[in-house]
Amino acid sequence: MTTEKVIAILASHLDMAEADIHEDTTFEDLGVDSLDAVEVAMEMEDAFGIEVDPKEAGTSVKAFAAYIDAKLSAK
Amino acid sequence: MRIIGTGSYFPQKSVTNEELSQMVDTSDAWIRQRVGIRSRHIATNETTAEMAAEAAKKALAAANMDASELDLIIAATMSADMVCPTVAGEVQSAIGANCPAFDLNSACSGFLFALDTAESFLVRGSAHNVLVIGAERMSKLLNWEDRSTCVIFGDGAGAAVVTAGNGYLASRLHTEGNASVITVPAPLGNSPFFTHLQTLPYVQMNGQETFRFAVKRMTEDVLAVTAQAGIKVSDLKYIVPHQANQRILDFAVTRLGIPAERMFSNIETCGNTSAASAAIALDAVMRSGNVSRGDYLVLCAFGGGLSSAACVIQIE
Repeated sequence: MTTEKVIAILASHLDMAEADIHEDTTFEDLGVDSLDAVEVAMEMEDAFGIEVDPKEAGTSVKAFAAYIDAKLSAK
Repeated sequence: MRIIGTGSYFPQKSVTNEELSQMVDTSDAWIRQRVGIRSRHIATNETTAEMAAEAAKKALAAANMDASELDLIIAATMSADMVCPTVAGEVQSAIGANCPAFDLNSACSGFLFALDTAESFLVRGSAHNVLVIGAERMSKLLNWEDRSTCVIFGDGAGAAVVTAGNGYLASRLHTEGNASVITVPAPLGNSPFFTHLQTLPYVQMNGQETFRFAVKRMTEDVLAVTAQAGIKVSDLKYIVPHQANQRILDFAVTRLGIPAERMFSNIETCGNTSAASAAIALDAVMRSGNVSRGDYLVLCAFGGGLSSAACVIQIE
């Protein structure tokens, strides 16, 4: 569930098809640079209602989703 | 407070992204996409005080006021030509005013801090006509070999003549003393007794942290001042923000849920002019012919300090 939402946000931010982004996709694969990363982190904050630190959230879809799940369960 | 005249001034020379890409490893496409700037004005012989004085003259002309009628001049800047005399003092001399004049520094939020200071003089009744200026020659604070900062900033000045009135509905000033996100070290001097090492006296900025701070503060501040004024964000004719990065403005548009055209932007042709930015933007909005009596504006700014500020102005 979280993974799908992370993929949807990334796809929308990068103007890509969701089908082209998978759990194992890294931000490097997507050409996400530091400014994209911070914007994506802030979009995740809006979507999930949590604080997301882009430095701690990881740089792959899988890591990002795990970070968000951990934050959500700690809420 | 009532705004009765505004003015702005840019140096003659406009520097394009192409020109910069011949100096540092960058490109027009990267700068436009990441920051939203096509060109910026860079001073070749204009000083901060001269730009401030030119903006002031235009604001006085728009207000149909003589410099001798001013009771106070406040200039917001972090790039004064000299430590002393102040930019405000040099403007006083250049325009022929004879009132008290002082500078104030709150980095990019400076013009908003200066407007709020002006309001307190007006409310106290100790001044009736105040000239508020934001002026910067950011080009002297930049490391022209650092592609992450030298493409972002520009030079210029903006000014507003304000008088007593009921148009300053709400305001909020915010400071988070922090020397890790944005710093501009000052020259240390050559005291034989002081033991610190000189760091380069140029703008250093953590882009990610700045972006997060900017979007958060801008959203919070705009919501706070509109609530304080008893109006809704949807009542605003324009948000007139500090022009730091188009992406920050775009993000704030989404978060605030306003139509993009209500977020004023002129960063494309002037870059980030720090304390001058909101003053220049205010002048552009006031001269656009799109605002009329009764309209609500929110001015907001954020940046070094860290600092941020916002205010609600109703056009009288």
